[in-house]
Amino acid sequence: MIQRHTLSVLVEDKPGVLARISGLFSRRGFNIESLAVGPTEHPDISRMTIVVAVDDFPLEQVTKQLNKLIHVIKIVELEPAASVQRELLLVKVRADPGVRSQVLEIVNLFRAKAVDVTPEALTIEATGTADKLSALLKNLEPFGIREMVQSGMVAVGRGPRSITAAAAIR
Amino acid sequence: MTTATPRSGPVPGPSGPKPAPPPGRQGSQPGSSPAQQAPVQAVPGLRFDRVPMTGAQSLVRSLEEVGCEVVFGIPGGTILPAYDPLLDSTRVRHVLVRHEQGAGHAATGYAQATGKVGVCMATSGPGATNLVTPVADAYMDSVPIVAITGQQTRALIGTDAFQEADITGITMPVTKHNTLVTDAAEIPRAIAEAFHLASTGRPGPVLVDIPKDVLQERTTFSWPPELQLPGYRPTTRPHGKQIREAAKLISSAQRPVLYVGGGVLKAEASPELLELAELTGIPVVTTLMARGVFPDSHRQHVGMPGMHGTVTAVAAMQESDLLVALGARFDDRVTGHLASFAPDAAVVHADIDPAEISKNRRADVPIVGDAKEVIAELIDALRTERAERGHTDLTAWWSRLDGLRSTYPLGYDWPADGSLSPEYVIERIGQIAGPDAVYVAGVGQHQMWAAQFVRYEKPRTWLNSGGLGTMGYAVPAAMGAKMGLPEGVVWAIDGDGCFQMTNQELATCALEGIPIKVAVINNGNLGMIRQWQTLFYSERYSQSDLGTHKHRIPDFLLLAEAMGCVGLRAESKDEVDKVIQQAMEINDRPVVIDFVVGADAQVWPMVAAGTGNSEIMAARNIRPLFDTDEIVADDAGTGSVAAEAMRQGEES
Repeated sequence: MIQRHTLSVLVEDKPGVLARISGLFSRRGFNIESLAVGPTEHPDISRMTIVVAVDDFPLEQVTKQLNKLIHVIKIVELEPAASVQRELLLVKVRADPGVRSQVLEIVNLFRAKAVDVTPEALTIEATGTADKLSALLKNLEPFGIREMVQSGMVAVGRGPRSITAAAAIR
Repeated sequence: MTTATPRSGPVPGPSGPKPAPPPGRQGSQPGSSPAQQAPVQAVPGLRFDRVPMTGAQSLVRSLEEVGCEVVFGIPGGTILPAYDPLLDSTRVRHVLVRHEQGAGHAATGYAQATGKVGVCMATSGPGATNLVTPVADAYMDSVPIVAITGQQTRALIGTDAFQEADITGITMPVTKHNTLVTDAAEIPRAIAEAFHLASTGRPGPVLVDIPKDVLQERTTFSWPPELQLPGYRPTTRPHGKQIREAAKLISSAQRPVLYVGGGVLKAEASPELLELAELTGIPVVTTLMARGVFPDSHRQHVGMPGMHGTVTAVAAMQESDLLVALGARFDDRVTGHLASFAPDAAVVHADIDPAEISKNRRADVPIVGDAKEVIAELIDALRTERAERGHTDLTAWWSRLDGLRSTYPLGYDWPADGSLSPEYVIERIGQIAGPDAVYVAGVGQHQMWAAQFVRYEKPRTWLNSGGLGTMGYAVPAAMGAKMGLPEGVVWAIDGDGCFQMTNQELATCALEGIPIKVAVINNGNLGMIRQWQTLFYSERYSQSDLGTHKHRIPDFLLLAEAMGCVGLRAESKDEVDKVIQQAMEINDRPVVIDFVVGADAQVWPMVAAGTGNSEIMAARNIRPLFDTDEIVADDAGTGSVAAEAMRQGEES
């Protein structure tokens, strides 16, 4: 069965490392659903969170092939139940004064924030799981979505353990 | 750089040939694995601390310190700074090739023949892109080479400057690793890391791209550099539990097979393999990349598996209940139709690259490790296992295999039209040159015949392009092999199609004193293409006739002479031994023999692409494993097997 898997990939912060990783996915025939890159607490190490939809068996191939990239230091699969997974959404909704309060009600229900307001539109910032964000969008749709942008997912394991602890990456 | 520089501009500095003797094999320990060699230092203990010099000098010094003896290359605008200090080096010999592809394959041939890292060098843009094919070739066959390319100056990168190509981007999918050096102080580390990565773990090509202004810049040279590869930790030591598990399966299997691939050769594990085979009595198959790693003359060797393997080797795997894969990767040319491959076999799969295990065929016992260590530990575990629990009797298995072996030996018929048999020519070369010679093949029918009809007894005596299937590999790879083994006899066994792709390197061989021997198996055609057109395209010979028979263009004898080689020709059986003997006696120049052979000889046995291995045809339309009762006779040339292959879309 095809399932979504979340991989945390620690990489050396070197030019071209993103191209190496995305290129590997495309040439080996795996589809990236979402990818987010950012710094870590170590200045030379970046962290990528990659969501990929594959069977368990090809997933093993993906991680093994990724591990062969010299700049990849470590790969951890984060189980949804044992990790916190978040995406960021910015969405511009048509909200003239007649419906603005209804839109704001939805914003509050989803614990989102209005970050920009004009007479015609409202820009909303929301974070959450993919499911929560899609539910929010579904509720905002009737008002008219003018523009939206969404980040890739970032995730971290629950509990005190760190996958970037010095002993774990050296 | 403001003006266009010619790609092969003059080398500055004093001209004249450098009196550099061909490098010998000094420094290489017989039987030592590249993985075990100190990757960084050729002269242990020699240290250099911040010696001032240019980036180019630092590059040449690094090559010297890392133990590089020979570089195959061609100068050009951006790499030109490196060629100036190269002129003064007494430790690194440069061989000026005629095309960068030749440099790349020569580096590969050198590496495959010696086990050391091969080095090639080219300029930016077209020089670098011409290296892409040999780099991809080395990647597919896991050959340790380092490619050094010039790059446009840093300020011009990304501007579509003259002879600019993003070679690190281009070669990303076909290198083990590559790097663009942006600081001259990083050159020693980049070179040391490149050699370390190329030669350890699963070997492979590494490309180092250096901008011209980095080569020109003033810097300091320190050696040895510290390797900074936190993400690179190849596993060489196998897991004890997996080894014991494997030993249990091996001693209890009824129909086991040792499926031996190129990884055993690269790990220099032939002695261990022989011991394992003789301890257990298990039949051995050697893949195209592993020919020679186990002696052909050994009773337990049942041949090469795969598309053109022996019936016995293919049947052994199909009927096996346990495949012990050692440094092999279940390539589609070995397995045929994967779902019907070895249907009853459990699989023990040992490889140094974890990504190969269970990639194509699910392994029941995965073992990650260097083949030498894996086999040595297996032997220990098997001795214990056999002492404690005994082992199965393989008599019934051997009588099945011996029966197949005597019924379906490798063989060939003489062409009906009275022309010379290509198989005979290749067989005679093998018999006359013997098991100490190195045989280097191109790609196609002649390659398969060379794999079948030369008897290999020793590792590193059979070189070919297995994974990528690069036509034109033979002449430059033979050149590289001969550079690595100056005392050895090196035969290129080439086809007339392949030979016309890279024979320009004969000029290099003649001028640089590299006396290789080239047998052109000239059947006037792209032979393997013609064979497929005969079998699968109703004998419609579209674009496979090269005219080398009909028009004798080119005349290979005259071509050889024009290139400074001795040209010989044989067209009948009684001339064959004579020209081979003649070639064996010439050691001051390269020799090319034009063997004019029949056009219609075919490679058999054959598993048609897309079909299962049980449908192997021992000869045309004879399928010994599939329908023993009924020998399929189909004169139309598209038998049911062929039709099946067509239906499945010609996955050649």
